[in-house]
Amino acid sequence: MSGQIRSEWPLYEVFIRGKRGLNHVHVGSVHAADGQMALRHARDVYTRRNEGVSIWVVPSTEIIASSPGEKDPLFAPSGDKAYRHPTFYEIPDNVPHM
Amino acid sequence: MSSAVAEPQLEAEFEAIVGHKDRIEPRDWMPEAYRKTLIRQVAQHAHSEIIGMQPEGNWIGRAPSLRRKAILLAKVQDEAGHGLYLYSAAETLGTSRNELTELLIAGKQKYSSIFNYPTLSYTDVGTIGWLVDGAAICNQVPLCRTSFGPYGRAMIRICKEESFHQRQGFELLMTMMRGTQEQRDMVQESVNRFWWPALMMFGPPDDASPNTEQSMAWGIKTHTNDELRQKFVDMSVPQAEALGVTFPDPELKWNAERGHYDFGTPDWDEFWDVVKGNGPCNAQRLAHRKRAWDEGAWVREAALAFAAKESKENHA
Repeated sequence: MSGQIRSEWPLYEVFIRGKRGLNHVHVGSVHAADGQMALRHARDVYTRRNEGVSIWVVPSTEIIASSPGEKDPLFAPSGDKAYRHPTFYEIPDNVPHM
Repeated sequence: MSSAVAEPQLEAEFEAIVGHKDRIEPRDWMPEAYRKTLIRQVAQHAHSEIIGMQPEGNWIGRAPSLRRKAILLAKVQDEAGHGLYLYSAAETLGTSRNELTELLIAGKQKYSSIFNYPTLSYTDVGTIGWLVDGAAICNQVPLCRTSFGPYGRAMIRICKEESFHQRQGFELLMTMMRGTQEQRDMVQESVNRFWWPALMMFGPPDDASPNTEQSMAWGIKTHTNDELRQKFVDMSVPQAEALGVTFPDPELKWNAERGHYDFGTPDWDEFWDVVKGNGPCNAQRLAHRKRAWDEGAWVREAALAFAAKESKENHA
């Protein structure tokens, strides 16, 4: 980051559970002095219309990410394994419930 | 980011993603010019939301009823939220919120010229909701499919909320149009002031918009300024008829051949003058933003100091 000229509140990534039964989903980020403040800011910024029943905030620096931009070999192992998908197997049309 | 892959190959991959109308994500390789263009556009958009709080915030304390006050408060709070979604998107490009705010205050980054016009009466709250937010929606809906993922996702969130903004404005004006003759005159007067500046929100005409072609090739923009302006005029005329007001343009009339409304030319000299900083409220808007930023400095510093102290005590 080029902008840390003077001390800026750290960045937190925000994840929201939209309703019971759903996963938390990343929605954006907020700046805050600490985690509790990040939660409050996330509530004000991302849930003004009942968009959430639960919020997670994580310091952005704590996210460990794969690198999608550089033809990452990380995903190569699943590329050639078509037999992991049900459509790989041919079953006659007259076989029910399959 | 270190990479063993050669730049021409990275560029080809970038072009392929954009060509398929797929999305570029923050950690993808991107041409420096693409990154710069996006930072400029997203920052300008974010600044517009934040500066845009001022003209309407001006009327919160004088809203005519508790209902109207609650609506206006919620609307201005949304503008703050929109600014923050967009700053958040801009930060994924490697800039920081402090940096952007300081560039704005130093006059090195712009915001939409519409917010340099004053709000002279409470009626303007309605007109801004209807026309200014209406124009913003026209601009923003296509941006939901822009090529940079975080920008598009911010736009989706914003568009959902803008609809409330436009409807509350239109309803406010409708209420006034059902009132006294004096109130109807106030609505017409306000619409007269905002119509042309609203048309200017789409930016200069296509032949004077040097960035459009590249932005469209990159999938950042999907429509030209003039296309969007025409769409806005076509949408707004029947709304004005329903409301019972007219637009201050003698050339405005339906063209059956084109299937669109013809309309006059905005005063582009005025537009450029406002962009250059000479609009009625440019100095006031920036001075207000600077004051809020400067006067809030001790709060930002105190919160950091408190967090540091707490963290130390917890680890002691």
